[in-house]
Amino acid sequence: MAQLSYRDAVAAGIAQEMRRDQRVVLFGEDIAAAEGVFKTTVGLLEEFGPRRVRDTPISELAILGAAMGAAMTGLKPVAEIMFSDFLACCWDYVANQIAKTRYMSDGQVSIPLVIRTANGAGVRFGAQHSQSVENWAMAVPGLKVVAPSNAADAKGLLAAAIRDPDPVLFFEHKGLLAGKAEVPDGEHVEPLGQAKVLRRGNDVTLIALAAMVPCALKAADALVREGIAATVVDVRCLVPLDARTLLAEAARTGRVFTVEENPRLCGWGAEIASIIHEECFSALKQPVVRITTPHVPLPAADRLEDSVLPSPERVASEVRRALGK
Amino acid sequence: MSTTKNAAAQALAGDADIPAAQRLALYRMQYVIRVCEKRAHDLFLQNLVKGTTHLAHGQEAVAAGFAAAMNPDDYSFCTYRGHHHTLARGVGMLPVLGELMGRQCGLMKGKGGSMHLTSVEHGVMGSYAIVGAHLAIAAGAAWSAQYRGTQQVAAAFFGDGATNIGAFHESLNLAAVWKLPVVFVCENNRYMEYTPIREVTAVEHPAADRAAGYGLPRIVIDGNDADVVYRTAREVFAKARAGGGPSLVECLTYRHGGHSRADPAKYRPKEEVEAWMKRDPIVLYRARLLAAGVAEAQLAAIEAETMRTLDEATEQAKGSPPPALESALTDVWADGGASWRN
Ligand SMILES: Cc1ncc(C[n+]2csc(CCOP(=O)(O)OP(=O)(O)O)c2C)c(N)n1
Ligand SMILES: [Mg+2]
Repeated sequence: MAQLSYRDAVAAGIAQEMRRDQRVVLFGEDIAAAEGVFKTTVGLLEEFGPRRVRDTPISELAILGAAMGAAMTGLKPVAEIMFSDFLACCWDYVANQIAKTRYMSDGQVSIPLVIRTANGAGVRFGAQHSQSVENWAMAVPGLKVVAPSNAADAKGLLAAAIRDPDPVLFFEHKGLLAGKAEVPDGEHVEPLGQAKVLRRGNDVTLIALAAMVPCALKAADALVREGIAATVVDVRCLVPLDARTLLAEAARTGRVFTVEENPRLCGWGAEIASIIHEECFSALKQPVVRITTPHVPLPAADRLEDSVLPSPERVASEVRRALGK
Repeated sequence: MSTTKNAAAQALAGDADIPAAQRLALYRMQYVIRVCEKRAHDLFLQNLVKGTTHLAHGQEAVAAGFAAAMNPDDYSFCTYRGHHHTLARGVGMLPVLGELMGRQCGLMKGKGGSMHLTSVEHGVMGSYAIVGAHLAIAAGAAWSAQYRGTQQVAAAFFGDGATNIGAFHESLNLAAVWKLPVVFVCENNRYMEYTPIREVTAVEHPAADRAAGYGLPRIVIDGNDADVVYRTAREVFAKARAGGGPSLVECLTYRHGGHSRADPAKYRPKEEVEAWMKRDPIVLYRARLLAAGVAEAQLAAIEAETMRTLDEATEQAKGSPPPALESALTDVWADGGASWRN
């Protein structure tokens, strides 16, 4: 085990897969010589050379279109869209082309690619460089959606995403990049579609994703001092969704809270809440509570941004309120 | 060779580069496309083809000429107006008509429809219905061919209207910078859906006049002359295979029908339509073959055989059942299913 930052774990995951599979190629804006604006591709040009690690023009359409064309003809491209907000520029490729072509072609075409992108807030970049857009992706049939919360998962889930035969949208959270964690040495692959229970408590279940996972864990720390024991589940993959684990953990406490960074309407927690309400209603002691960013564009100023994002304090106070404490 | 034949051959100076058998194949393919598109139109009017169709009768020479210059493992990327390119790569009339009619015998068993004809085994890597999108996808396929070290070339066929969309420009630039083995073929049929391209474009030749911006030569050709198309195609494919990078070819052509469905295309001036009808690629090509000494009977035999195949395909498609309903829930994922949760 080595201590790796989340950003180094991303590079390690890519490198691991590029070493074992010549078909894996990496490209995007400023990812080769400059090693990524978030320094998530450090060392890759040096190790794999300019044939496999390529800088592109600022052409989001061409980046994803080329990724798709390469994927359907025998490569396994890893394409970077610098900020997830920019997915709006090339959403046609995400939603119409990459996601649907296998289906429309009656299974003739495979599109094994990964779109990596920096997602999320906490870095004061304002409304066009801070969004959490995983729920956009989740709404499109044909896309797998992954959002790791820590360095070990960043490496292991990215490796699995690259090996996966289907297109995967891989959200790297900007607010987590510097965080370090133990990452297994050697080959590390975490299967897609498995939520992870990070701690168990019998009073409430907190279901979180990406940067909301450390937020939920901090809330759980605060609550346990008050005698409230929380289970924290890291969803990790929105598609495929590990509904079984979520339902089991929901039923165990009967009190469920989703902690979501995306804006309120149609956030991923709404889907999970609906599944829980439909499938384990009788085990619930209260309706599922969704804790989200309010339905506003993200403000830039630090005080404002902090005020709208779910915080450990807000999570803890929602839990106390639900328990009447 | 008879004297008349020799005289005709003289009159067609410079034609020796296209062997007679290739000429007959070009004729046959244009004829196949013509009658198949007309049949699709009839079937639409009979409500046996639902939804929509975008027919390419009038534009046969572009498809036949380019496909004839391609290797079997080259890639074609088409638009919603893509039946002609699909047929030209060797896909049968039955799977094409069957797909239009939403039947089990369809090319994608009814899951794609008229706008998305795809046959990977024929190199038809899909037909794309978002204007311009597939230019970048073709560039990616060309990059993959370059990376894998194959001799494959990708061709993207698109309309004049696609030249004003961002993906056109992004794809040309990337292909030029990476020297990709890709050929971009604009079928300039003068109209987008209903609006003339010249009314919304800053230059006269919507594709070719932009080539300089990507360091590419300006190529405008008669897209109604299959020989001209074939010769051009051979050149640009050879250039791509030799590592010379992409080409952009603007083919001047014309739709014989409306944009889609039963559009009567009233927005086109009568004189313009008449002038282009006189330049019907199939009529012109037939006359050229006859002038070159090909026997009328030989052409008539090609035509009769094509009609027989077409009629058989039509009857077979009509008799084919609709797809099994379960198939609506397959092939979202590589495992063949549609499940998004456990
Ligand atoms: C991005 C996008 N915008 C608009 C449309 C609607 N549309 C379909 S075909 C078409 C005209 C395209 O004209 P052109 O590129 O000249 O091709 P043609 O139909 O003449 O073959 C339009 C506007 C679309 N499918 N995609
Ligand atoms: Mg047009």
